[in-house]
Amino acid sequence: MRSRAQRHNRAGRMALNAAAYAVTVFLLLPTLIIAPMSVGPERLLSFPPKGFSLRWYAEYFQDTDWIRATLFSAEAGLISAVCATVIGTMLALALVRGRLPGKGLIELLVIGPVIVPHIALAVAMFLVFEQLRLTGSLIGFAMAHTVLALPFVVFTVLAALYRFDAELERAALSCGAGAFRTFRYVTLPLIAPGLVSAALFAFIISFDEAVVSFFISDLDRKTLPRKMFEDIDFNISPTLAAVATMLTALTILALLIGYGLKRSMERRARAADTGP
Amino acid sequence: MSGGRPSWFFLGGRRYSPAASLMLAAPFLLLIAIIFILPLATLLHESAFVPGPTTAHYARAFEEPVYLRVMLRTLWIAVLVTALALVLAWPMAWVMSRSTGIGLALLAAAVLLPLWTSVLVRTYAWMVLLQRNGVINQLLQGAGLIDAPMRLLYTQGAVVLAMAHVLLPFMVLPIYSALKGIPEDYARAAQMLGASAWSTFREVIWPLALPGVTSGCLMVFLLALGFFVTPALIGGPQQMMIATLVSQQVREMLDWPFAGALVGILLVFVLGITILFKRAVRLDRFVGSA
Amino acid sequence: MGVTNGQQGRVAVQDLVKRFGPVNAVDHVSLEVSSGEFLALLGPSGSGKTTILMAIAGFEYPDEGRILIGDEDITWAPPNRRNLGMVFQRYTLFPHMSVLENIAFPLKMRGIGRAEREERARAALATVRLGQMGDRRPAQLSGGQQQRVAIARAIVYQPRVLLMDEPLSALDKNLREEMQIEIKHLQREIGITVIFVTHDQTEALTMADRVAVLDHGRLQQLGAPRDLYEAPETVFVAGFIGETNFCEGRIPHAARPGEPVSVALLGGGQMDAVAAQPLPAGQLIKVALRPERLRVLPAGNETATARVTEAIYAGNATTLMLEGQGGQLLRARIPAGAGLHEPRPGDAVRLSWQTADARAFIA
Repeated sequence: MRSRAQRHNRAGRMALNAAAYAVTVFLLLPTLIIAPMSVGPERLLSFPPKGFSLRWYAEYFQDTDWIRATLFSAEAGLISAVCATVIGTMLALALVRGRLPGKGLIELLVIGPVIVPHIALAVAMFLVFEQLRLTGSLIGFAMAHTVLALPFVVFTVLAALYRFDAELERAALSCGAGAFRTFRYVTLPLIAPGLVSAALFAFIISFDEAVVSFFISDLDRKTLPRKMFEDIDFNISPTLAAVATMLTALTILALLIGYGLKRSMERRARAADTGP
Repeated sequence: MSGGRPSWFFLGGRRYSPAASLMLAAPFLLLIAIIFILPLATLLHESAFVPGPTTAHYARAFEEPVYLRVMLRTLWIAVLVTALALVLAWPMAWVMSRSTGIGLALLAAAVLLPLWTSVLVRTYAWMVLLQRNGVINQLLQGAGLIDAPMRLLYTQGAVVLAMAHVLLPFMVLPIYSALKGIPEDYARAAQMLGASAWSTFREVIWPLALPGVTSGCLMVFLLALGFFVTPALIGGPQQMMIATLVSQQVREMLDWPFAGALVGILLVFVLGITILFKRAVRLDRFVGSA
Repeated sequence: MGVTNGQQGRVAVQDLVKRFGPVNAVDHVSLEVSSGEFLALLGPSGSGKTTILMAIAGFEYPDEGRILIGDEDITWAPPNRRNLGMVFQRYTLFPHMSVLENIAFPLKMRGIGRAEREERARAALATVRLGQMGDRRPAQLSGGQQQRVAIARAIVYQPRVLLMDEPLSALDKNLREEMQIEIKHLQREIGITVIFVTHDQTEALTMADRVAVLDHGRLQQLGAPRDLYEAPETVFVAGFIGETNFCEGRIPHAARPGEPVSVALLGGGQMDAVAAQPLPAGQLIKVALRPERLRVLPAGNETATARVTEAIYAGNATTLMLEGQGGQLLRARIPAGAGLHEPRPGDAVRLSWQTADARAFIA
């Protein structure tokens, strides 16, 4: 009886494991299968590729339209990463260390840009940006993407602040440092990895953002995702496979950096906490 | 040196005063007011006050069968996507919560990579896989299972599958956090007390995992309701969802008031669910790494 | 700056009140610490001792009352402008700075140049006997070493007053005793005023010049360790400091402090004691008597006043558990090697004590 139950259990566990790894393949495969296909020489994408050629990559780098869109996205991404990190860090500090009137409402506003469907935001921004002549402008994109990245930045910085031992700030104050110098010399260096990873993800969010970009781009100034959107809608060209592969590689890189930063922050937190 | 009154910045010597806190929050509030509240308010204003105060645009969404069908289909697809994501996420989250080292790293990477990969890239990948002469049809034909390529793209099944794929990380991560918090001893204790595997699951694991399951289902459902990219590219006209309809009204019909009404209906739904389940809607699980 | 002679290091807490919701965490406490004195704030958790320290440090602002350092009112000054040294319960060294950078940090905040900073930080490090450790990271030091660095960081700028918030509670027993002596020694050497929060009475009694005993936010007694032990003024102090027998009873007449009273015990019998505080007639009285002040004599059945129920041998002394005639449970301690009578369980004994050692309080 008992051994039957055990066999039963083990079979169940193996089934679960198999299911989990099947889902893993389901999650990864569609994205990763594009990479080998992007080096196929033929216009019709096939798997496995019929040969090896960097033709579609060359096409991307020679096409000024693609390059302009990429550079524009990079610019918007950098600006919104910096803005979102600074603004989000200030808000996170106020939420954790401050007394904010209407804190509940502010917390709702923080998750707002994630909860409100991007189509709603995109259309609404399009309406207002057109009146303000902000469509297709760098500042328009930067502001829109800052808003979209802020929720993730705020939560990343909040997590870093919660991991940080607030008693160290008291110690700095007792050493004679004021609010600003306490932040500058103690808090900031210790939460810096969190801020860098927040900025990194803000950049990725902006760089990959498709819906708002779809609406607030204009004919001259468009982001990379908008350009991809047009090309997908128009024809599934193999150049897209090359672009998609490069974007995936960029994401993998960002995740690895983010993982490294998280590890280093945990190490510091442990180092600060050798006392009981 | 001496102080006759408290510092304006510090409250109780350590917390920031309300004035200082507001100052730190000011850039956020300003930006959100201009780039978030103002546009949405302007759009909603269009829906109810253009040309004059009216409920006609809202009424139209419910009275014209075409539009009502789009809204019902949106709800139905969101439900299907949530259900499929839950079924796929559970074994993944369960095995993740019981793994360590390389196994955990591999599973976590499998969840995080899609989460941070561009939605466009992933949708494009599905199109490549599903198109008439795409990979799946090639494979099926090669294996001799079918004679002619099947129509896979622009079907409801394709939309649901691709959306579930895109939103799956939002389901896996909350369930994983909840399962991670259940000590393995609980299941052992339940079995020592005579519970079968099934009743251990039903009486112990499921109730403890429920907050994570709720949170994941809500996130997926909310995101699915307003999803634009994937349905717009993978669904045909027969699979039109509300986001595509909004886009069409703005870009082709230039009917801002009606688009505003559709957004208004969507917002009532989404905000209602959010406020109802405020505790379950959490972002902290999706930042950084698992 | 930072000279600790004269009255520079005097601390006065005047009528301090701090409320947390409906609770008075600190309830009208006044106390004065003279320059160069070592004061311990002693009490159980929730007694308000830490809140008082935080108010002096500037991390809490009081609801009523004032705090003076020297002649200066610092009640509302921000913590970084008070020029006080503080050592925290956990070591709170900055993990991203070296030991020397940690100690130099307060000097940097005071605008002192790099060369002088380093010289003074090295000197402070030598004072706490860690001369060679300057380049290490805090995580590379042991708990005791980290706490020494924390002390060096708190004294390097020669503050007027050093505040210590249970600084030894994270250390194990042997290290704690070693550090107690070292801190006391250091304090004498540099002549700094120390206010030291602890819940460990032995620590308070061995280190402090004077001890302030707190309970439920109220100051119970402020005095030298010997006075607290031998002449407690409230029933809380009598019970909190050291070990005590309590016997409950009533007195027929009111009594002023120091007057002898005869207490009718609840279980029957009389007990001679001295009033430790003003005692109104008819109220319930508690008489406190230290176990080592109780003399245990052999007795025949007619004169017996108690019976031994248990005798616990502990090397340097034997503790007797006794049951009085009225049913009171008492403890007596008989030092070893003094040739005193050591009864065994079941023996009938006669108890006696000096009236002055039995102190009567309002229960």
